Amino acid sequence: MKTFFSIPLTLVACALLAAAAPLRAQTASECLACHADASMQDAAGHSIGVDEHKFGSSIHGVLQCVNCHADIKGYPHPDKIAPVKCEGCHAGEAQGLKGSVHSDGADHPCTSCHGDAHQIYPKTDPRSAVYPLNVPKTCSACHNDNGMAKKHGLESVYPSYIDSIHGFALSKEGLLVAANCQSCHGSHHILSRSNPESATNKANVPATCGKCHAGIADSYSNGVHGKAIAAGNMKAPVCSDCHTAHAILQPTEAAFRTQSTPICGSCHTDKFSTYRDTFHSQLGSLGGYVETARCWDCHGAHEVLPASDPRSPIAPANLVKTCGRCHAGANASFVKYQPHANARNRKLNPALYYIGLFMNLLLVSVLTFFLIHTILWLIRSRYEQIKRRSAKGGNHA
Amino acid sequence: MPDLEQTGAASEASGSAAGRFITRFTPAQRYMHGVLFSTFLGLAATGLPMRFSQSFWARKLASSVGGFGTIIFFHKLCAVVLTMAFLIHVKDVFQRGILNREKGIFWGPNSMVANWKDVTDLVSHLRWFVGLGKRPQFGRYAYWEKFDYWAVFWGMLIIGFSGYAMWFAPFFARFLPGWALNAVLVIHSEEGLLAILFIFSIHFVNTHLRPDTFPMDMVIFTGVESEEEFKEKRPGEYESLLKQGKLESRLGAAPAAWWINFARVIGFTAILIGLTLLVLTLSAYFRE
Repeated sequence: MKTFFSIPLTLVACALLAAAAPLRAQTASECLACHADASMQDAAGHSIGVDEHKFGSSIHGVLQCVNCHADIKGYPHPDKIAPVKCEGCHAGEAQGLKGSVHSDGADHPCTSCHGDAHQIYPKTDPRSAVYPLNVPKTCSACHNDNGMAKKHGLESVYPSYIDSIHGFALSKEGLLVAANCQSCHGSHHILSRSNPESATNKANVPATCGKCHAGIADSYSNGVHGKAIAAGNMKAPVCSDCHTAHAILQPTEAAFRTQSTPICGSCHTDKFSTYRDTFHSQLGSLGGYVETARCWDCHGAHEVLPASDPRSPIAPANLVKTCGRCHAGANASFVKYQPHANARNRKLNPALYYIGLFMNLLLVSVLTFFLIHTILWLIRSRYEQIKRRSAKGGNHA
Repeated sequence: MPDLEQTGAASEASGSAAGRFITRFTPAQRYMHGVLFSTFLGLAATGLPMRFSQSFWARKLASSVGGFGTIIFFHKLCAVVLTMAFLIHVKDVFQRGILNREKGIFWGPNSMVANWKDVTDLVSHLRWFVGLGKRPQFGRYAYWEKFDYWAVFWGMLIIGFSGYAMWFAPFFARFLPGWALNAVLVIHSEEGLLAILFIFSIHFVNTHLRPDTFPMDMVIFTGVESEEEFKEKRPGEYESLLKQGKLESRLGAAPAAWWINFARVIGFTAILIGLTLLVLTLSAYFRE
């Protein structure tokens, strides 16, 4: 009596079925005669109730129940039915999932991201679990504190993301263009960052961020870091090395400015230690409402160029202008200041080395002499005091 | 070094031999010490967080006052006040010593300038420490007091000059070579550190915390000390005052009880702040 059971589940068929509205209504109501009961459960305790109205308005609302539950041939049907195979229609997506980090279908059924199978909406629909503004929440079901991902040794990224500039743009401003998880990681074919094909593989990060930040990607590719990465030198930093991957902050924010100098310093250790000796660093470490020069204020942030390049802000010809951005009145003599002078290196900075040495010797000799002087004095005075008091009758000794 | 003989002459009340007080410092000198130690504490409290900016207490302090902008503002404020006090003092010495040709400013027993007696006093004091001789007869200013004075004097020139060179770096760069801009920070911070360590350990103990004066020598606050104390501490000066018959003119009024209490609160607060800063400095210095 149900003649359409063998209809293949293809998009063409979907369209045909949509046209066959009266037939569908009849069949759906047949199933819903039982399954409209929201409290209905299978033997394992899973809900098997279907909200007719919500299903009807979902993207699959035009389909028949049996289009997906293809092993049901009539009524009564067996208690245990086969899992629905989405790839019958969604072959491309299923292909993408293969080899991805979420390829294990048992751990990651389609519904884990797309939500209730009977209430799936197009990704442009705000009700959809994969609508841009809902994506982070959806991923956070696993990638959060105490989420599934932690059991696999993955860090909890949702809290970092949601407090990041991307997370704020998305959750507070509701910007559809704000980067959500899948903007960088992709959706079905998500690969581990160790995979060279992954969008988040180090070599591909500049291109991935550059999808939105095209201007910055362009200047980055002109700088020494971008050129090194392009040449295959993976020691050079990409976007995420300085900005982090998930906890990205507004770069003008004090928190970012304070946290990022050590990041440059993690590679440029010698420059970092000499920077630490300067007033720029001493004040900068304390933070506050005025700012002191950090690495990129002088060297540039994305288009980092060596001093030998005339385009570089630290090229000798550009120093007066670069220093003058903060130091009004900077002149040719002023820019002879060495922002990375090393007072511990006699060969590089002899004047500074000997001045430092003299000051230290002065400090040590003065303090040593007076420390001995004072200690001896203390002992002698106490001795005299006791002697005097005992001479007077010893009442206070 | 204004004339003490005029300031204390008025007191008839303290005429009885038992309770006489001798004037050691003029009000101007006491005010100067007040300005000096309060600005010095301010400079130390704001300078140390900058010097040891990697230490956790520096960051805590900075964030609790709104960052280094606040810290450097108060550092500069204290520096300007101290500079003015310094200039007033230099002008005073210049006027009295050079313009008025007053005797004893640059030489003699009442001068701050070191002389041969200071050398012999130092040697005999050291010998007395280890029981090899008698205690020297200290005059108006003992050698360690002169050292304190000149350490501060030299410190002000060095720290002050290097500080202003950093504050107005583009201006100073007109006459200083480029490397000097690097050098001034090294000089400023090392000399500042020396001053802080010296004042908060050596000066505190020598002047206030040693058994003879413990817990605090009040003379810099009251300007006077009792005749017995004066005789004990400055036997040289006492003798010469007696010989010249000038002791009477140096008599001062007994300090008021409320003033002593007030000075104690101020003084102990200063010493407490200083000792706290000393502990923080040492902890940061040895962790570096």
